[in-house]
Amino acid sequence: MKPILSVQHLKKIYHTPKEEIVALDDISFTVEEGEFLSIVGPSGCGKSTILSLLCGILKPTSGLIQYAPSIHIAYMLQEDSLLPFRTVLENCLLGLKITHQLSFTNIQYVRSLLKNYGLEDFIHHYPHQLSGGMRQRCALIRTLALKPDILLLDEATSALDYQSRLIISDDIYNILKKEGKTAIMVTHDIGEAISMSDKVLVLSKRPSKVQTLYTISFPEKETPMKNRQKEEFQVYYNQIWRDLDVQL
Amino acid sequence: MFNYSEEHAAYLRAIRKQKFWIHFFRIFLLLFFLIFWEISANFGWLNPFLYSSPSRIFITLFSLDSSLFHHIGITLYEVLLSFLASSFLSIVCASFLWRFPFLAKVLDPFFTIFNSLPKVALGPLIIIWIGANLSSICFMAFLISFFTTTITIYQQFSSVPSSYLLLMQSMKAKKYQIFWNVIFPSSLDSILTALKINAAMCFIGVIMGEFLVSKKGIGYLIQYGSQVFRLDLVISGILLLGILSYLFYLLIDFIQHFIHKKRGN
Ligand SMILES: Nc1ncnc2c1ncn2[C@@H]1O[C@H](COP(=O)(O)OP(=O)(O)OP(=O)(O)O)[C@@H](O)[C@H]1O
Ligand SMILES: [Mg+2]
Repeated sequence: MKPILSVQHLKKIYHTPKEEIVALDDISFTVEEGEFLSIVGPSGCGKSTILSLLCGILKPTSGLIQYAPSIHIAYMLQEDSLLPFRTVLENCLLGLKITHQLSFTNIQYVRSLLKNYGLEDFIHHYPHQLSGGMRQRCALIRTLALKPDILLLDEATSALDYQSRLIISDDIYNILKKEGKTAIMVTHDIGEAISMSDKVLVLSKRPSKVQTLYTISFPEKETPMKNRQKEEFQVYYNQIWRDLDVQL
Repeated sequence: MFNYSEEHAAYLRAIRKQKFWIHFFRIFLLLFFLIFWEISANFGWLNPFLYSSPSRIFITLFSLDSSLFHHIGITLYEVLLSFLASSFLSIVCASFLWRFPFLAKVLDPFFTIFNSLPKVALGPLIIIWIGANLSSICFMAFLISFFTTTITIYQQFSSVPSSYLLLMQSMKAKKYQIFWNVIFPSSLDSILTALKINAAMCFIGVIMGEFLVSKKGIGYLIQYGSQVFRLDLVISGILLLGILSYLFYLLIDFIQHFIHKKRGN
């Protein structure tokens, strides 16, 4: 398979009048089509920054980001940022509206997603009337609505309780695999990273470099929830834990 | 659908009861004040020539008959004109400042200066430049309200949470899309609050203008009344102003409530 995304020697410096912050020092990795890559690392090491660079919101100080031709990217931000004055449905349609794709079939698609995620009864409610988990699902649907080839997820499940988290992880995983989507997910949950991903990128603390790149392989492919119970899971867990521990 | 529990019914009753008492005490306070005023004037505790009385005000307003409505109409017209002009231009101007942050930085001190300048001081100049007519009254009211309103709305535009902007950027939204989808609707509530203040300022400006130049309007009535020492007329004018500006406020408040309701608050 040829890479859908390749990142070479990415460097990002934030400038403020007071100081400069070297967030990323030297980051390189590639992602292949249909692959699920997780990025873990200490807080503040620049994980969100990587996603912002990949999405094009920020420009890298130096280094190269190359996508395969005509690739659509959608970014699910760390905060859900649901607009308080729009209903759940209107929020989910926002991306389609901005990109002028509000067609009947697209709207039906969003409605079906809302239904699948148990938000059907709330489509005309406002975000402040939802629970944290429902808001998170709403934000995920808003991202999926754009039918992206690559999904960038920043702590997609961090606002959820442990149980919903496992369920949503399974959901996200199933949807992405079913639709053959490529995903890059930032998380601080090592277990989540291992159970969902094909590869786990461990970053060092700021200014961050790639500490280790793990290729995760289980004897047979199964859902994240089942992966968690396997022997290999524990082995990977201990390795990554040690990687992160060394840095503290 | 309307199948409430007993507790919920009690809760709703309590709300309704509170609403009733609020209205009750408002009306009570008003009546108490008017009656006390009237009695004080009749028993000579207050000099009715200086402090008037509700009945004298009533007679004064009645004796003006159709010209009363003419005066009210003129003042309302001036207020409305200056209010619409300054509201519209404030919003447009604030949008430009948001769109061009460099411009906003350059103009910042000038806005501050114009804002803090007592606009009454410009009165004589405006009359000489524009003439002693309705335009100069409206212009004065416009000047008084425009700068504060612009500054308030611009600050509101700038304080929209950056996470919303990030979201829009991640969707590759253009500046105008960010404005119409996020900035403006996020600020709508505060804009209406700013417009309430704007309306009050326009009343101030119009009355000030009428004091200076006018032959018509409530400001003129008050001015004229004080010149011929008919304090009944002066107090009637003030009372009218109070009622009118409150009605104006209620109108904007109604729109604001409507939006709140629509947004599920
Ligand atoms: N706009 C900015 N201006 C200046 N510095 C910034 C800016 N955004 C981020 N930084 C700095 O860059 C570093 C990386 O930030 P980033 O948000 O990418 O971290 P993160 O790995 O996502 O952290 P977390 O796990 O807490 O979300 C941080 O030290 C932060 O202080
Ligand atoms: Mg982050």
